[in-house]
Amino acid sequence: MDAKKRDRGLLRIDQDECKGCGLCIEACPPKVIALSAELNHYGYRTATYAGAGCTGCGICFMACPEPGAITVLRAVSHPAAMAAREGAAHA
Amino acid sequence: MCSDTALDYEVAQGRAQSFYARFERKDELQHQTHYCPGCGHGIANKMLARAIDELGIQDRTILVGPVGCSVFTYYYFDVGNIQAAHGRAPAVATAVKRSRPEAVVISYQGDGDLSAIGSAEILHAANRGENITVIFVNNAIYSMTGGQAAPTTLLGQKSTTTPGGRAADTEGYPLHMSELLATLEAPVYIERVGLGDNKQTAQAGRAIRRALENQVRGLGFSLVEVLAPCPTIWKMSPVDAQHWVRDVMEKTFPLGVMRDRTGEAMPKPAAPPSPALEEIPRILGVADEDLPQGNAHAVEGSREVDLEVRIAGFGGQGVLLLGEVLAEAGLDAGLEVSWLPSYGPEMRSGTSNCHVRLASGSIDSPLVSAPGILVAMNEPSLRKFDRSVRPGGWVIYNGSEFPADCARADVRVLALPFTEVAHQLGDARASNMIMLGALLEMTAVLPEASVGAALRRLVKNPRWIELDERALARGRALFREAYVEVGA
Amino acid sequence: MRKQLMKGNEAIVKSAILAGCRGFYGYPITPASEITEAAALYMPRCGGVFVQAESEVAAINMLYGAAAAGVRAMTASSGPGISLMQEGISYMAGAELPCVIADITRGGPGLGNIGSEQSDYHQVVKGGGHGNYRTLVLAPHSVQEMADLTALAFTLAERYRNPVFLLADGFVGQMMEPVEFPQQAVAAPTPGWAVTGSAETRCNVVNSLHMGVDELEAHVGELEKKYRLAEQREARAEEWQTDDAEIVLVGYGIVGRILKAVTAEARAAGIKVGVLRPITLYPFPTAHFRRLALRARLFVVVEMSNGQLVEDVRLALNGARPVEFVSRTGGNVPSHEDLFRYVQALARQLNPGARAEEECLAHV
Repeated sequence: MDAKKRDRGLLRIDQDECKGCGLCIEACPPKVIALSAELNHYGYRTATYAGAGCTGCGICFMACPEPGAITVLRAVSHPAAMAAREGAAHA
Repeated sequence: MCSDTALDYEVAQGRAQSFYARFERKDELQHQTHYCPGCGHGIANKMLARAIDELGIQDRTILVGPVGCSVFTYYYFDVGNIQAAHGRAPAVATAVKRSRPEAVVISYQGDGDLSAIGSAEILHAANRGENITVIFVNNAIYSMTGGQAAPTTLLGQKSTTTPGGRAADTEGYPLHMSELLATLEAPVYIERVGLGDNKQTAQAGRAIRRALENQVRGLGFSLVEVLAPCPTIWKMSPVDAQHWVRDVMEKTFPLGVMRDRTGEAMPKPAAPPSPALEEIPRILGVADEDLPQGNAHAVEGSREVDLEVRIAGFGGQGVLLLGEVLAEAGLDAGLEVSWLPSYGPEMRSGTSNCHVRLASGSIDSPLVSAPGILVAMNEPSLRKFDRSVRPGGWVIYNGSEFPADCARADVRVLALPFTEVAHQLGDARASNMIMLGALLEMTAVLPEASVGAALRRLVKNPRWIELDERALARGRALFREAYVEVGA
Repeated sequence: MRKQLMKGNEAIVKSAILAGCRGFYGYPITPASEITEAAALYMPRCGGVFVQAESEVAAINMLYGAAAAGVRAMTASSGPGISLMQEGISYMAGAELPCVIADITRGGPGLGNIGSEQSDYHQVVKGGGHGNYRTLVLAPHSVQEMADLTALAFTLAERYRNPVFLLADGFVGQMMEPVEFPQQAVAAPTPGWAVTGSAETRCNVVNSLHMGVDELEAHVGELEKKYRLAEQREARAEEWQTDDAEIVLVGYGIVGRILKAVTAEARAAGIKVGVLRPITLYPFPTAHFRRLALRARLFVVVEMSNGQLVEDVRLALNGARPVEFVSRTGGNVPSHEDLFRYVQALARQLNPGARAEEECLAHV
């Protein structure tokens, strides 16, 4: 995969934990989060990552009231660190 | 989709370690809190959990949870948890911290909890400068109970108990707790933050972390007031509620640092080390080797003793001390004794009296309702108790003229101007010991050595011991002059 | 062990520290202030914590915190202060936290006065605060018992994880008598359930909230089991010349002392009187009453309150024997002379024949 084409950040949203308050959507600087069309288990429309454009700034995470509904990831640019992480992940 | 790319990413922001992985509050969806969508508590909880993680204090942290919407913090925070009564968290936290100084103790409270029912507890915990951290979540309303007015409710704001909006005339003004607490000397850090937008939220996170750091450094009392949205009770969308914090609430409750003495504050000194257990009896003054030898000076002859004495006078005459010396001397002489004072305002003014019993056998009641001897140090005391003296008993009266209407055929009287005699001895205040001397001579039960030992136990000033000893001797002589020698 | 003369209030503090108490959180009130003052002096010297709280409400909640942190802790107050503490006592019973509370009772209701009464019986013995709970209550009648029962109170508090009261009147608190103490101080181990701020105790929760209806009922059931166990094991009373007693005088605290004096006088006059003095007011020593009811003909309850103890005596006897009731309030004490005359009259009613016999003898 070509690192240059990857976004700096990535979002994981737990559809079961999210209550659809929309604060992350409001908070997101690049506006890459939207409410889902479908309802979750509880009947909430939940936050959904557009799939591209996340900068990994983490602002949505602190705007979200739920402990782990949002996880923000950042691209690992340092090759050594990447290798180390991969090693750890495979172990 | 994620799994392929995830290897190239690392988690930058994720669930804090200080939250439990699963919340056992309910049977399903155990990773979800009970907070409503968009609730400020959820955000404040996250900031707190992150700060605990960052400071590496999870094991040491004790969270004192409140009553209100954040009542379930113990389901969420994987730290030591203590649930407190409404408003009392600062009192609970005070004792937790004092008991466990190494712990990091957090009092997490809402505005009904902290600014209304718990206003005394927060004020005094702050004023004592307790080294605790208080997270004060202010959403200007009682949320859990369904939207009643709080002391923090804004003017004009409708609630179920201010249906026409809060009116200053009848409900007063929004209470500014942070400003109020910042008038105290002791707190080291007080800041009001908001959750009204990204910038405010970021600052709130920093403030909460600082408030915890202060405690870890031992600096003292820190409080962060967090203006937080309550979309449900405010009947707003989460986003509108967030903006209302920034656009409306902040006008009543300006954000900012109200107190920051973290620069000059020194860590509080640690309590001195606890003494060894073996030292405790001595520190308490109950160690056998420090106590006088009981029964040191046994009652002369193997007489059966049963003395019931009532001593009365005005406050300041040494009524209680007279009784104490008598009881202490009785104990020294191996007798059973009891001493029972009148107490309360009588100690400060007006009359004072006490009951003393000395007996060879066990003492059933320490109350002396029919004394064998009444020591009356002034006339009102005589008149209060003279009828109670049992037939065949004695009255020792401080006054040369014994009131004729108090005279009884079945009671003997020693009436002398004891205060005057004491004045001649050097101090009018020694009259109690002269009267005691007369009583001791009259009863002829207690060895002089016991009385001397008692005096030295109860009177610390050597000058007074010397005077009291002369007073006792004088009293004995006065009784002999009046009765034994004349009578013989 | 050697004896020394000491006030009951001071003996409580010294005994508490010897029993491992290392926390005192209090608010001054007559006639209990000496306890707070003695704690202020000795607690810090012995490695303990003393805090004078802003109110009794705060004091009892500080006790909640200290107990939750696993420290043996106590407070002391009197009627009006105990009223304020009831909230916290309920929470402590609910959260199953041990503590010791000394109530040196004064006169009520309201501000009442500072005289000695026993009118806190209901609010202390019957629970007092909200919810389904009990407090264990010990009633000392001498300075030595102030010391001994304080030590026992800490043992019971931890055994049952429940608040334990020392209920004493102002007289027992204020009077001085010879007292002796154990010469060895006790080291109190930290209970496993405490929240101490350590990795081992991180999973512990101190809490009285049980949201589910069945969950709360189960919790109340567990508390009830403890109370039933305490009722079986911990009830205590002193019986004084009750073996052949026809009239059993019942009273606790200072009244128990007066009743002993009355008994001595009545026995000297040939009246078969004895004293049953409850030492635990909860659990109530019901078995003593039932056993004595087999022989005794009449029970006389004497209390410095308006008929509070007498309710429990009547429940214990359940109609087996008549119960007479003598009350003094306002700080007044039933004098043993008055009580003696009262007992004489009762004896004459019980044994009209004996009275005639006495009179005959008198005429001989």
